[in-house]
Amino acid sequence: MYLYDDFDRTLVAERVAEFRDQVARRLSGELTEDEFKPLRLMNGVYLQLHAYMLRIAIPYGTLSSAQMRMLAHVARRYDKDYGHFTTRQNIQFNWIKLKELPDAMADLASVKMHAMQTSGNCLRNITTDQWAGVAPDEIEDPRIWAEIIRQHTTLHPEFSFLPRKFKIGITAAAHDRVAVKVHDIGLRLHRNGAGEVGFEVMVGGGLGRTPFLAKTIKPFLRKRDILSYVEAILRVYNQYGRRDNIYKARIKILVHELGAEAFAKEVEAEWDTIKDGALALDPAVIANVAASFRYPDYAKLEDNPPEFSQQRAADRRFDLWVKNSVSNHKVSGYAIVTLSLKPEGAPPGDATAGQMDALADLAARFSFGEIRVGHDQNLVFPHVAQLDLPALWQALKAIGVATPNVGLVSDIIACPGLDYCSLANARSIPVAQELTRRFRDLDLARNLGRLHINISGCINACGHHHVGHIGLLGVEKNGEEYYQITLGGSSDEKAELGTLLGPAVPYAQVADVVEDVVAAYLELRERPDEIFFDTVKRVGVEPFKERVYAAH
Amino acid sequence: MRLIKAGRIVDDRFVRVLDDAPIPEGVSAIIPASRLLADADEISRRDGLTGVLWPNNRRVAELASHLPRLALIALVFPSFRDGRAYSQARQLREHYGFRGELRATGDILRDQFLFLVRAGFDAFEVKKDADAAVFAEAVSRYSVFYQPAGDGRPSALRGRLARPNAVSAQGFTATVR
Amino acid sequence: MTLPLQQKLKITGPVVVTANRLGDGAVVYRTATGGWTTHLEQAAVATTAPTATELLSAAAADDVGAVGAYVAPVQVDPDGAVRPGNLREHIRLNGPTIALPVGFGL
Repeated sequence: MYLYDDFDRTLVAERVAEFRDQVARRLSGELTEDEFKPLRLMNGVYLQLHAYMLRIAIPYGTLSSAQMRMLAHVARRYDKDYGHFTTRQNIQFNWIKLKELPDAMADLASVKMHAMQTSGNCLRNITTDQWAGVAPDEIEDPRIWAEIIRQHTTLHPEFSFLPRKFKIGITAAAHDRVAVKVHDIGLRLHRNGAGEVGFEVMVGGGLGRTPFLAKTIKPFLRKRDILSYVEAILRVYNQYGRRDNIYKARIKILVHELGAEAFAKEVEAEWDTIKDGALALDPAVIANVAASFRYPDYAKLEDNPPEFSQQRAADRRFDLWVKNSVSNHKVSGYAIVTLSLKPEGAPPGDATAGQMDALADLAARFSFGEIRVGHDQNLVFPHVAQLDLPALWQALKAIGVATPNVGLVSDIIACPGLDYCSLANARSIPVAQELTRRFRDLDLARNLGRLHINISGCINACGHHHVGHIGLLGVEKNGEEYYQITLGGSSDEKAELGTLLGPAVPYAQVADVVEDVVAAYLELRERPDEIFFDTVKRVGVEPFKERVYAAH
Repeated sequence: MRLIKAGRIVDDRFVRVLDDAPIPEGVSAIIPASRLLADADEISRRDGLTGVLWPNNRRVAELASHLPRLALIALVFPSFRDGRAYSQARQLREHYGFRGELRATGDILRDQFLFLVRAGFDAFEVKKDADAAVFAEAVSRYSVFYQPAGDGRPSALRGRLARPNAVSAQGFTATVR
Repeated sequence: MTLPLQQKLKITGPVVVTANRLGDGAVVYRTATGGWTTHLEQAAVATTAPTATELLSAAAADDVGAVGAYVAPVQVDPDGAVRPGNLREHIRLNGPTIALPVGFGL
């Protein structure tokens, strides 16, 4: 992972000092709430239903054991002993006190963590693949680019007061685990016909009130040009994005209203004036950032060592966990392990302080001290020796993060919803919990295969419901909680927005209806290995609608 | 309202000319954008320094041909949340090479002073006296900057290369796996 | 987005003014004596738009006490007990409807 140097440390320390001063001026009344709000948002501090919420940045989803221990400390010392991992690879704490925040920020800074720009109308966390650096299908490690762009966009004097928030995602593998097509800028590292590695640049993706998939405005951009091109896009957006209506202020609206071609022309015109200037990245600069990334000193190991294969043969449950949660690694003898934060009955993506400490220790022991956070709200140990898998599994089971449901029906992505969030219309967590109970049978879950349920408590879509195979959107009707259901969305390289199934369903019935949708899938699928998404693609939503609404 | 220039509170030598008012001779004057564009030749002959008040929703490209005759450009922040003038400032400094006074007007918070300086502003109309008093402190909050901007300070990316143990492109082999 | 004070208040039943305490974010209610309380039963209850507007204005001006003030519906029982008027206010008063994560490590 990236090693901070004194530039990085100094910046974070100065930010802590600045924030301490801003909080003091707010508490004394020198700053009104109206003046303070954008300042606290730029440091990830929200006001929620019950309390302030702090969203701490986990840059491109990479954490060290020491950092995970600090998160446990923050949970205990400043919060209620747990945290929530988000769909943008960050972590949220729901009960933080404003007056204690400067101290919490100082504690975080001691392990090079911060909350800069996790909210506000500025550049948010640059997200990437939770398997970055270890995925076999990866062209190269996208985190280097995420770090270069992260630095460039941190406390950027020109782009800290954009029309609205701005999210960038980077993928470098054939399979998109980042959902780049629903980002404001999506970048795809790939090889062109001449064998050169560069970026496909996509703009204007986003969910929420008006969901859009991003449009490609530059099929191939050289690495040298990435910062100047991003700068040009941001400058066009900063100047021409709408500021009259917050629901029309994202770049996706600008791209849609101008048209992708006209938008691209504006960007190219601006880019022309800056592409050979100070932002052109020469190889030395890139190499310097890349050199600050430390990779494990992998041992020379064989694939499928006997400790591992014999255990699989002897223990069916271990084998099922391996098949579900363990993925191939680019280095022989190693594996990528996904840790499910979706046990039956639990709020998706939450971890207790105790779990965080245990995970820190296990990562130190089994994963070279490194942990990743996925946008699916699960964690990853990216560097596990296969021969360690049996011992690791026992340890993970003991702390409740080894449910073999990754990617299955009970691996639900849900926003915090009305239980926490002041923007929500309906609750999402209890719906997710109930669904994990309905689908607790792992044989059934395995039989259903890959099935992504996404739940959002309001139209802001933090649960990414538009791109769920089954998407649930909480709405309010006459003071009651209702849920709109969409089918057939997808967030990967075959990204699609889901189609509405039918009239919204009340809270008391939503779990029943989801069960009916799943039953309809079992009836309609052509073969056992035709996954839900493909069945919906093949037959459309009508057959589901007939079956589901006939029963109600 | 306090005017800050060169880090200190100073008297404003420029008068603000309102839309239809006559432009005074022999004084420094800030003229509305539409007037400047309409009467450019006449204004270029006036006696005294000329500045323009440029709205944040017009391209600065329209101002380009007038730059040699302008001593000052005042840009506008209608709300401190509206960041359009940062882009205008950078374009004026970095693309058009404007060297005169670049003044930030409207709604600006002390927490934005450093951003404004970095974007290329060198004069600030500040509403709160308390903010004016802390200008020097506010702009020294940070000693490290990740990105190059309109103030010419070096960015961290480049600063690292100047160090003795910086990695050269030739010396580096390990990353791409 | 219009601020609460810019919206013309329409009162269809009894309301209180609620916000979050500045220092710690705790849910609070405006009292009749111009303070803030975490106890709903001590909140000032308004039944007309003018009184609600006045209560809200005073509350909004006190943003060193509490932030984000707005008007929230309540139900007043025959015996005078004041209860939250919708699910959102119920959750704000009583906390999340789900159990906080417990178990391992706590």
